[in-house]
Amino acid sequence: MDQNPEPENPQSADHAAGRGHIEFKNVSKGYGEEWDWQDVVLDLSMDVEPGKLTAVVGPSGCGKSTLVNLVAGFEMPEKGAILLNGNRITGPSHDRIVVFQETALMPWQTTYENIIFGPKIRGDMDKQELHEEAIRLLDKVGLRDFRDKYPLQLSGGMQRRAELARAIVNDPEVLIMDEPFRGLDAMTRELMQEFFLRLFEEHRRTNLFVTSEIEEAIMLADKLIILSNRPTRVRQIIDIELPRPRDFHMLATEEAYRYKSTALEILHEEAMKTFKTERNTQSDFVEAFSRRNQN
Amino acid sequence: MAETETVAADHQRNPTGFQVFVVRLRRNLRTTTPYFAVLGIVLWLVVWWLLCEVLKAPRFEKMPGPVMVLKELLSPEPFLGISIFTEEFYQHVYVSCRRIFFAFCIATGLGVPLGLLMGWSKRFREYTFPILETLRPIPILAWVPLAILMFRGFEGPVIFLATLASLYVTTLNTLLGVDSIDESYFRAAGCLGSKPHHVFLHVVIPGALPFIFTGLQISVGVAWFSLVAAEMVSGDYGLGYLIIDAYMNNVTIPMVIGMVTLGFVGWGTSVIVRVVGSRMMQWRTRALALENR
Repeated sequence: MDQNPEPENPQSADHAAGRGHIEFKNVSKGYGEEWDWQDVVLDLSMDVEPGKLTAVVGPSGCGKSTLVNLVAGFEMPEKGAILLNGNRITGPSHDRIVVFQETALMPWQTTYENIIFGPKIRGDMDKQELHEEAIRLLDKVGLRDFRDKYPLQLSGGMQRRAELARAIVNDPEVLIMDEPFRGLDAMTRELMQEFFLRLFEEHRRTNLFVTSEIEEAIMLADKLIILSNRPTRVRQIIDIELPRPRDFHMLATEEAYRYKSTALEILHEEAMKTFKTERNTQSDFVEAFSRRNQN
Repeated sequence: MAETETVAADHQRNPTGFQVFVVRLRRNLRTTTPYFAVLGIVLWLVVWWLLCEVLKAPRFEKMPGPVMVLKELLSPEPFLGISIFTEEFYQHVYVSCRRIFFAFCIATGLGVPLGLLMGWSKRFREYTFPILETLRPIPILAWVPLAILMFRGFEGPVIFLATLASLYVTTLNTLLGVDSIDESYFRAAGCLGSKPHHVFLHVVIPGALPFIFTGLQISVGVAWFSLVAAEMVSGDYGLGYLIIDAYMNNVTIPMVIGMVTLGFVGWGTSVIVRVVGSRMMQWRTRALALENR
């Protein structure tokens, strides 16, 4: 099966490229009751620049998923604001589409129905045009033969590709990826990363890529943001200057190795803070439970 | 992976429902499942027969045995007036089925929308949930006098009583079904620009369907057993009436005939519900088929 989308003149100025610009301005967000309040994100400011792939990594349990929820508009910050092209984000919208952890394809819709879902319900696209676009995307993600299958009939890798197609068909200004390749086996994951690289390099759609895999981040990103331990702030920004188009071999270069060791050192430092005091660990559990009960 | 690829081969034409049925039936007949089912029933009959008719075990000697019941059931001229050759028998089955049909339709027609709304709207749930929870534990029998006061004739109260219990089951299961839907589907739908009615139509309803159909299977069974209570009210026909009437007249064989018939007809109705359910949830049926379930 064709894992790579055929590059269609990548030089052409695409209207998707470089449109969305996301700014976090002193954003704070926490959870809990008055007596067990936990700041998850505290006074965080950062930029997701247009046309760039910004990867966000952090120690496990820092507010990575919270950041995704905030940008997507599923949750509102207590303080500060998140701006898209200068406008405050007030709720979910199809100009920022999330590709979820594991998968959030509707299991009761076929691959094709899933892909056309967004434009269809909004009614902002001509029917024929939408159909053609959906077929084109199905080809591109190598799922043409699976258009009438339901998500549960697809393998993990196919599901991720279908979900990518469902996001892209809406032509969002920003693509938000929340550990999109988590749960895939190592081989499929590698293939998906490469597939995704081609997809990104072709359109240069602004991308916020949250991951816990440092190598994944280095291979994909233009800019690597390392978050601190909770309450989350930006700990370090590293510009990844590996040339594009990229591929897996670049991870073996000296340069990539340098990025990796720098990032790992910082991450390790941050992760160690979690274990410093027993009190912290306890409150982590409390927080984890209250989060779980909310859902 | 290998499995999904074999599925890919026949994607051009998904077989029709009947073809699938035939294939499944053939495959099923090659497994041991149906034979064990028959064997199970036979074993059960043999134990019954031994206890009542051969050994005449203490406390069982007065009970009608399977041979007695079958003889009566299959006799063209039944001693106690009820067998598969009498028109009355079918009248009882028909009347009960008709009542169950109405009761089940009303319970589903009210229960599913009610449950969906309760699951979907927090405010609506706040209003209605306490009422549901208060009404639910009240036994059907307690409603009998009120049902007679509320409705005229025979049919009204019977259908009302048979509806009640199913309505609770359906509503509660539908509500749980909505609760069971993963938050990420709501978020995905929101992200893609859904208005509330899109969410209701494309997430809430299909997402709750598996639970709804589990609920409907229980609900149709519950309707059958509240029917006996309900048909105590009515003095003409129905399997529940047949059982009660035989009990009143102290004849056990027609009573057992009524019980066995009710059991089989009830089984049949829940099979129908299951078949309709799996037809409506192809996404689930096919995924389960991949796992050979």
